[in-house]
Amino acid sequence: MAMLAHEMRASYAFIERNFHLTKRYWGWEIAFLVYSVAGALSVSLIGADVGSARLLLTLMVGAIFWNYLSVVFSWIAETIAVERWEGTLEYTMMAPIRRSTQLLGSVVYAMGYGLLHTAVILIVLVLFFPQLDLSHANFGTALVFVVLGSFSFVGIGMMAAILPLLYVERGAQMTFVIQSVILLISGVYYSVDILPGWMQVASRLSPATYVLDAVRRGLIDGAGLGELVRDAWPLVVMGIVFIPAGVWLFGKAERYAKRTGKLKRVG
Amino acid sequence: MTATLTPELRHRSDSRRRLPAIATDVSAPEEGSAVAALLIDGVTKRFTVGRKRKPVVAISNVSLRLERGDIHGILGANGSGKSTLIRLVSGLLTLDEGRVEVFGHDLVRDEMAVKRLINRVSVDAAFFKKLSPMENLLFAARLYGVDGATARRDAVRIMERLGIGTKRIGRPVEQMSRGMQQKVAIARALLTSPSLLLLDEPTTGLDPRSKLEVQTFIEEVRDSHDATIVLTTHDLAEAERLCRRITILNDGRTVAEDTPDGLKRLVADRYGEPPTLHAVFMTYTGRSLDDDVEEDESGDDID
Repeated sequence: MAMLAHEMRASYAFIERNFHLTKRYWGWEIAFLVYSVAGALSVSLIGADVGSARLLLTLMVGAIFWNYLSVVFSWIAETIAVERWEGTLEYTMMAPIRRSTQLLGSVVYAMGYGLLHTAVILIVLVLFFPQLDLSHANFGTALVFVVLGSFSFVGIGMMAAILPLLYVERGAQMTFVIQSVILLISGVYYSVDILPGWMQVASRLSPATYVLDAVRRGLIDGAGLGELVRDAWPLVVMGIVFIPAGVWLFGKAERYAKRTGKLKRVG
Repeated sequence: MTATLTPELRHRSDSRRRLPAIATDVSAPEEGSAVAALLIDGVTKRFTVGRKRKPVVAISNVSLRLERGDIHGILGANGSGKSTLIRLVSGLLTLDEGRVEVFGHDLVRDEMAVKRLINRVSVDAAFFKKLSPMENLLFAARLYGVDGATARRDAVRIMERLGIGTKRIGRPVEQMSRGMQQKVAIARALLTSPSLLLLDEPTTGLDPRSKLEVQTFIEEVRDSHDATIVLTTHDLAEAERLCRRITILNDGRTVAEDTPDGLKRLVADRYGEPPTLHAVFMTYTGRSLDDDVEEDESGDDID
């Protein structure tokens, strides 16, 4: 029990630290939020311009839920990169905590931060488009798929967080590229059916593809969970596979970094 | 709680903060035990720089034994392997050969236990620069199992002792001078009550007054916190003042080890040099301190 209490306390340390960082960078946080709101509005206005309520909702769902997934991904993927920038990586790696504890703290904060961030965008968009008819929307479906998608995104984020451990200079850039590729192939603003064949295959490996498809069908068509099993099971499988794989790979990467002396250098 | 814990906790005076809750199953053996505070036995570390290059030997067959309460100095030129040795003991680098034990706990087999017993202060006071000293210390303390209330109380006490006023505790670290940041780094390490404290050039870059304060505090830590300390430094006067024994490293190898007086006698008797640590350093490293400072400014990855 003492060990569990210690690990929980250590997990909380990362939540509290990230909260303090958010608080200290409040100016950038507001700037980032304004940019995200403006981006979501700009994309959604394309639908309004065309005069299609369905397109407007499709774009809104893409903008809002991609924001959530990308925020979660970024916080987790930058777990190591942030410490490299600050030069604190060695101190955190020296601490008597499990890597899973560290990642758990990052994940909890990422999800909380992502939900809050996304809620603000959602409120602004709903206020901006009062003509939207959401009377048939199934919000339960949206919630379930966001939660399911979060777990598989967490796994991918953990794997991406390894890159700054392995590649001191380029690791952070690589995680950004991964995020960009996921944006491209997941049908955030369009149907994946219009993508070239090989990209459609790649889109099936992205959890965002299933999350966005299911959330759209839930909010626009009112589809229930029973109708969306084909979107649900890949997310469940990805969550089960990606999270343990992420933790395992993180451990491997840490050992490699300790063998080659890559914890020291600040990227 | 292990059988060795009770006398250990009894030994600690009331003025010394108890180890955090998680540390109760990992303890340093009681005073008088034959177990070394730090045992470095035949340790070797190589780095491969670039592709297909021959590995560079950063540390070669180094052995060292520290008894509880020792302050042991490690001197050497830049690139001699001082910081690499500290990183190896910290578990930040893997050992290629040899073994390291901290109070009887093997670094490889019992890594988590070793981590609970040690902390480190490096030459670069690494912090989240936008966060305040209190926020940085709170984060570090929680990682070592110290609860928030205790951490806050002890952080204020330690920082006040180091001359960091309460007004500065809540301001971003980036607004502090280099010397003040280094004091916060020392406070961060002490907050976790380490049994083995690794100080890697802790006074480099400090003004004379701050340096003196830190040196006095190191002595106080050894006496009141029952800590064993490894100190790397370029300041020979500091080494002479603080260290019971000194190891001199050159090109990753131990070239001399003795008490400060023993080393001075050695160079005087064997080489006819004046009996000073400066002469000892020059004799065993083949360079002057000025050379060392110049290299320090140009940077060195292996050191």
